[in-house]
Amino acid sequence: MTSLDHTRTRPAAGGLSLATLAPWLMAALFLAVMPFIFADNSAITIMNQMAITIIFALAYNMLLGQGGMLSFGHAVYMGLGGFMCVHIMNWMEDGAISMPLPLLPLFGGLFGLGFAMLIGSFSTRKAGTVFAMISLGVGELIAACSVIVVVFFGGEEGVSGDRTYGIPVLGVEFLHQIEVYYLTAFWLMLSAALMYLFSRTPVGRMANAVRDNPERAEFLGYSQRWVRYYSFCASGFFAGIAGGLFAINYEILTEENLNLATSGTILLVTFLGGVGFFFGPIIGAIVFTLLATVLKLHTELWQLYVGAIFVATVMFFPGGLAGLLAMHVAPWRLGKMGVLVKPYLTTLLPGVIGGLGLAGATEMLFHAREAAEGDEAMGLFFMEVSSHSPVAWAAVLAVTAAGFWLARRGAPGLKAAWDEANTAPRGRR
Amino acid sequence: MDLVLVNLIDGLVTGLLLFMLSSGLTLIFSMMGVLNFAHASFYMLGAYFAYQISKSVGFWPGLLIAPLIVGVLGALVERYGLRRVHKYGHVPELIFTFGLALLIEEIVQFFWGRAQVPFLAPEALNFALFSISGNAIPAYKVFMIFISMAIFIGLLLVLTKSRVGLIIQAALSHPQTVETLGHNVPLIFMGVFGVGTALAGVAGVIAGPVLGTFPGMAIVLGSIVFVTIVVGGLGSLWGALVASLLIGWVTTFAASYNVGMMDVLTGLGFTPPEDLSESLFRDIWSLTLPQVGPILPYLLMVMVLVFRPYGLFGKRDV
Repeated sequence: MTSLDHTRTRPAAGGLSLATLAPWLMAALFLAVMPFIFADNSAITIMNQMAITIIFALAYNMLLGQGGMLSFGHAVYMGLGGFMCVHIMNWMEDGAISMPLPLLPLFGGLFGLGFAMLIGSFSTRKAGTVFAMISLGVGELIAACSVIVVVFFGGEEGVSGDRTYGIPVLGVEFLHQIEVYYLTAFWLMLSAALMYLFSRTPVGRMANAVRDNPERAEFLGYSQRWVRYYSFCASGFFAGIAGGLFAINYEILTEENLNLATSGTILLVTFLGGVGFFFGPIIGAIVFTLLATVLKLHTELWQLYVGAIFVATVMFFPGGLAGLLAMHVAPWRLGKMGVLVKPYLTTLLPGVIGGLGLAGATEMLFHAREAAEGDEAMGLFFMEVSSHSPVAWAAVLAVTAAGFWLARRGAPGLKAAWDEANTAPRGRR
Repeated sequence: MDLVLVNLIDGLVTGLLLFMLSSGLTLIFSMMGVLNFAHASFYMLGAYFAYQISKSVGFWPGLLIAPLIVGVLGALVERYGLRRVHKYGHVPELIFTFGLALLIEEIVQFFWGRAQVPFLAPEALNFALFSISGNAIPAYKVFMIFISMAIFIGLLLVLTKSRVGLIIQAALSHPQTVETLGHNVPLIFMGVFGVGTALAGVAGVIAGPVLGTFPGMAIVLGSIVFVTIVVGGLGSLWGALVASLLIGWVTTFAASYNVGMMDVLTGLGFTPPEDLSESLFRDIWSLTLPQVGPILPYLLMVMVLVFRPYGLFGKRDV
């Protein structure tokens, strides 16, 4: 539990200052401007997906990063919130109720909260492995129920709705992707801010304490179980909001939104981004969505690469991307980033090339085995190669071997440079 | 009555199969405190390796060689993967094995494709051994029962009677003391991990022809195995046995008795709603036992956790 637990938070400063508000204002500005830079519909769809994933990943990190609870079934709360929202959309269509669409995610959140309160009442009794197993079991139970309880889950084909029947807000009926984008962005800012503030409340702080040393927290008079329960409920609420946004964005929910694969993906996203920092899941969601989109376009094997990257992250960079960034704060403060440039170029660059070479060899092997008889030509890194030609194979394997060899040779130099970059001049820190 | 007997045998087969997985998993858990999420993936690897071997030299060498390869792979994963992640704590360990499970599934798909591979039971066992009032019991099922029984008894004897078993048992509870006595505890851990995964490999080899050899087989069985060891009590070998048999029988019996909720509810004195297709509770009325069969293990787990959080046989506070 050690290296995960570096939520570096400055002591709470009283009141608001421009310095504390600046990142939030910048994020809001960024969200407002993005659709003007990437204006076409597919880009906006990707951004919507990204925003929803960010909210979900932040909610997930309330459990994993801040509360030390590893969940294998968190998709359930997002999915249930989403299903509820689709039903509400359908009731709006029937005229049974009427309300503006932007309020809808709130109901998704409340439904997620309600369910989290129910499940959490027995699942938060223990942290660690037991909690993980219960979350897995409950997740599988509800995913399996989705085929049985057809009234709510719609069976195999799921339930679908139409978002345009809400009361128009300022004349906007949410017919276009771009309108949905701003709705999603609004909820993203609101939920991210609320989740950040939650991490600053006494409950949020106690969640960190319970994660690090439950026994000590108990001696201070806090019930570890209740502290976990509050985090769990809050996390269920925000996951439900993400589900509501998913319902608005895609207008359909199926069993896929509840199952283990979705829960696993959010674990992957969050861990890739880094669980030790509040902003880690945000990076993770952005990078993962982009990575998946790009890889999906170019290769059938994208899940293999994502899996490999994930395992490598767990083994070598348990802090995730945010952890990697944070590692460079000290050299930056010391003004020694320059020391690192050369070893990075001589070590990491060959390493990346070696990795790409390995991926190339994998692609060629896959093509050689799967493609139709006589179809030898394949595209590989903007080149046309033959998957049966010995020359191409030799070239790919040579690049891979050379890349890894250079990276391995440069590793000691990199380590020395790293130590040097983290040492304050004249022995002072 | 005859159907009961057939179901008892079928349930026993399923239960013993579950036990071959859950025994290794629970042994690894009580030793290292880590739940190996990829355990069922090693089961899948066992089936695929045996299929590959059976294509060239037949089923029987595969039964021997495939688990050995799986065991060696498992030991390597422990040595170069888990041991590295171990210093970060239990949660990253669990995440690591989860990632490994994803990766193994993708690798299997890479080499053998997404479709089911034709891994068949050996010809020599492809006959009906006996039949119970018209229901033929294939010899292969009886063979499965005997293999798993033999492995269980062998494991029990090794653990309780042999010197190695005693050292392992000691290392379970007092690793530091065992280390001071001059035993190589990391090596023992690696060995147990290897043997545990090899057991999963054996289960894969003998289950592959019956349950099908496809990339999703790990996920299908994996969650049930976790449920089993949670129900039995984490770290308890006897608990794993009892829970495996219980779940094996519960799912088998649920699948073969078509009891409808309609009959149960009317039997209890409720009247069905006039128009079933419009009622909000129509799903409850149309529920049948085979339908809920697959979720019964999860329900059982939730019940056990609510009323007896340590599992049926669990003693340790985990």
